[in-house]
Amino acid sequence: MSWTSSLQRKLSEGLPYDQLLPDEQPAYVHSYVYLFGVATIGSFVLLVVTGVILAAFGPQWWHGAAVGHFFNSLHFWAAQAFFFFMVVHLWTAFFQGAWRDGRGLTWVSGVVTFLVSIVTAFTGYVSQQNFDSQWIATQGKDAMNSVGVGAFFNVLNFGQMYGFHVFIMPVVVAGLMGVHLTLVRLRGVVRPYDLPGPSKRRVSEVA
Amino acid sequence: MDAPAHYFHWGFILISTANLIVIALMILVFAAAILVPYPSGKGKQR
Amino acid sequence: MMATKRAYYAGVRFAPYDLVKEFVFALAAVTVLVIVLAALLSSPDVPSLTIKTVATQTPQNYVQLELDSLDGNGDVAGYGPPYNHQSGSVQYIGPVSVQNLFGVHIPVNPARDYVLGPLEQTRRSDPALAAALQTFRTAPATTQSKWEAAYNSALLKAKQQGSKLTIPSCSCGPVTLMMSRLLALGQSGAMDGLLLTSRHFYQTDYTRPLLFMNYTDAMANKATKYNLLGSTWGVMNETGNYPGQAWLWLYTLLYQIPPYTTAWAANTDALAILTVTILSLLLLLLPWIPGLNRLPRIIPVYRLIWRHHYRTGGNG
Repeated sequence: MSWTSSLQRKLSEGLPYDQLLPDEQPAYVHSYVYLFGVATIGSFVLLVVTGVILAAFGPQWWHGAAVGHFFNSLHFWAAQAFFFFMVVHLWTAFFQGAWRDGRGLTWVSGVVTFLVSIVTAFTGYVSQQNFDSQWIATQGKDAMNSVGVGAFFNVLNFGQMYGFHVFIMPVVVAGLMGVHLTLVRLRGVVRPYDLPGPSKRRVSEVA
Repeated sequence: MDAPAHYFHWGFILISTANLIVIALMILVFAAAILVPYPSGKGKQR
Repeated sequence: MMATKRAYYAGVRFAPYDLVKEFVFALAAVTVLVIVLAALLSSPDVPSLTIKTVATQTPQNYVQLELDSLDGNGDVAGYGPPYNHQSGSVQYIGPVSVQNLFGVHIPVNPARDYVLGPLEQTRRSDPALAAALQTFRTAPATTQSKWEAAYNSALLKAKQQGSKLTIPSCSCGPVTLMMSRLLALGQSGAMDGLLLTSRHFYQTDYTRPLLFMNYTDAMANKATKYNLLGSTWGVMNETGNYPGQAWLWLYTLLYQIPPYTTAWAANTDALAILTVTILSLLLLLLPWIPGLNRLPRIIPVYRLIWRHHYRTGGNG
């Protein structure tokens, strides 16, 4: 049994192209609320691009040079936008009951992405090398220590936090977003709730 | 922008103007996304 | 389309939808938004505090912290895991302290790291200091404690004028000279480097200087000025007029309300994190929690979101 052909078959069956990138959607995908997910992805792309530039030039650049500080500002506002859109996307998914009809794992992957993003932002805040970082690190350490995490995740250690922020965490977030998107595409958008009442229109009954 | 922020204080709630604006905007944008009519396109039956 | 999915969408009308175009437009819109915000509002960047600033602006407080480090009465000396085996900042969840279970992983010894170590490194060029250190080290522990206590009393009566600190004479043995040298090291900026120094050439770990800075008045005052204290929702605040980590509202809320501020005050951090972990799990497992998973069905926001669909009888 060839492992390669087995994997090839599994991939082509499990991840068909027309499912991953469909050119049509159910007609009920008819609201601006469906755009918050993609706005979150857009913000993440910006975070990665500005983050790569900040990492390439280093801390002295983002504090000292005018252009460096501007990229610091871009990264800051991209982070704000990322959380802004992600939270509103979460509200949307909640009010749609988007986990219905076998979409539980899609919801779980989204919530995990949100929680991991919070840790990612935290490692960024303590990597800035300004008063904000000093304060957040010294305050955050008590919380980390109180549950034992501080023993191996030392928020006062710039080298460790910076490594987490510029490599480990972005890779994890990107991976989670990849899983989330794949699940969204494979399972499709959830059908609208049936309207309650005697004249119930069974427009979204699961076949 | 670097001067200490202004804060709103209601009971035990204390929030900076900037955070309040961000949270209010999130609610507004969410409401607008729901309420603003979405342009209709042509569809086809499957 | 896979069979199960085809069945799921039976009877549903599909319409063309350009995902790639949507992504490109969203990216362009967010890019413009972020560029405009960055250009108009810049970003917060309050310069970091240095030990030099602390020693220069608040010499009395600086020397007090050095003395506390030497006599073992300071917050760092009494902290507990992961820095040492004390219990001052150890927190419990019920009878269990996870903090203690993990043990000491980042050893910090304030007397050695903040006082004797830095002084040892400068004694070569300072015969008076070398002699004082020799006297201190060879004295019995009771004598050391007596000197430290006497210095503590004198320090309380010290006069601070700008960066100058005048301490009334006392029978404090070598401690007087040691403390005056530490103040000089602090004010010259040398201490910033000495606290950072490990046996390696390159430095990336700020644990020791940050732990020292943590308990200075200068740090607390600056944080108070920007309203960053945990007891005033500081976790979600930012320096200046900028939005902070607003997504931490639920976590920081717990630090404002009983029982976290009252009966649980000694273990606030551990219990707040436990609470947020439980709430996060609830959010994570929402799809399978009876009652909660029907909330969106009860709150009729979905009728607004899909109003076009309902109005057109499922064909819109």
